[in-house]
Amino acid sequence: MFKNMYNWIDERLDITPMWRDIADHEVPEHVNPAHHFSAFVYCFGGLTFFITVIQILSGMFLTMYYVPDIINAYYSVDYLQHQVAFGAIVRGMHHWGASLVIVMMFLHTLRVFFTGSYKAPREMNWVVGMLIFFVMLGLGFTGYLLPWDNKAYYATKVGLEIAGAVPFLGDYIKELLNGGTIVGAQTLTRFFAFHVFFLPGALLALLAGHFFMIRKQGISGPL
Amino acid sequence: MDHNEQQETTHKPVKRKEMTRRQFLSYTLGGAGAFMAGGAILPMIRFAVDPILQKKEKSGFVKVIEESKVTNEPTEVKFKIHQVDGWYESDPKLAAWIAKSDDGKIYALSPVCKHLGCMVSWSGEEAPNEYHCPCHGARYTKDGKNLKVAPKPLDEYEVKTENGWVYLGPIEPNSRV
Repeated sequence: MFKNMYNWIDERLDITPMWRDIADHEVPEHVNPAHHFSAFVYCFGGLTFFITVIQILSGMFLTMYYVPDIINAYYSVDYLQHQVAFGAIVRGMHHWGASLVIVMMFLHTLRVFFTGSYKAPREMNWVVGMLIFFVMLGLGFTGYLLPWDNKAYYATKVGLEIAGAVPFLGDYIKELLNGGTIVGAQTLTRFFAFHVFFLPGALLALLAGHFFMIRKQGISGPL
Repeated sequence: MDHNEQQETTHKPVKRKEMTRRQFLSYTLGGAGAFMAGGAILPMIRFAVDPILQKKEKSGFVKVIEESKVTNEPTEVKFKIHQVDGWYESDPKLAAWIAKSDDGKIYALSPVCKHLGCMVSWSGEEAPNEYHCPCHGARYTKDGKNLKVAPKPLDEYEVKTENGWVYLGPIEPNSRV
């Protein structure tokens, strides 16, 4: 049945060549853990992406219950964590995945660094990767405030003080992120907007560039 | 000759009915992949459908008006119920149109229009001595019988009288028409 459905679409849109472009390519021997077990270090990039997909999915589901409002935010998180079926699992995936994605990204960066994969002609992909790293840190920082508990509040206070320490521009950056002079209602809605719209949008665009470049340039050669 | 024959038999492809190695491996990989994807996705789906699986509580009876104040003319009474909506608890006001029928029995109609859920009211300028809905012009008789637009008669509250007071309970389908 699936074959028939696929053929029906393929006859009309000729999607097979597109699929070949994306998925049908050889994996060089030196990155295949079946040949050299140590090649598992080449998996960290893919694992980072896998966890990113889980973060996007679990985040989408969490917004079914979460409200970015200083009165209700904490209660809605408490409700979805303790009253909704599998709430602890879905929020747990988002909570632990957030840390894991940083770990995986760090390991991926180490692999790229120690195999020298950032060298010409792949310098641009290193730069895009660094931008992805900062967007991920931004996602972590903005997501941390959303439960609106004491830890979230003071972590944000500290983070904003650090932003405020930037020479000359610090106060402006701080007030812009803050949405005013106190960490309050407008900070929460602002961080929510960054966390679910602006930063994921930037992340997806950067990931597209990252993947386009790796497909175009291929995986770097063996050491 | 003999030698040739032997070669013939060894080179004959062995016909097996079982699946090929490639098939077995792709089924294994697909099955393991589906199991892992399911492990991640099923909790999220159960999480999302939780509201329709939550137990619904039936509302109890609420004291609304003194029995002696109910007349033949429908009167609107407002009363508060306690409502738990996820993390938000409130006491919203509900309304009922309460009247005495010709045989002296007290009944209360729900003002929620059976067409598309707006609020009806009794006997305005537009519809003397009828229930009238402002949204799409539905009309009902004093007993709640649907006259036009609406497909069903108005719902009724369960009514209980105790010590001279009228109590309203859960909403049920109209029993008067």
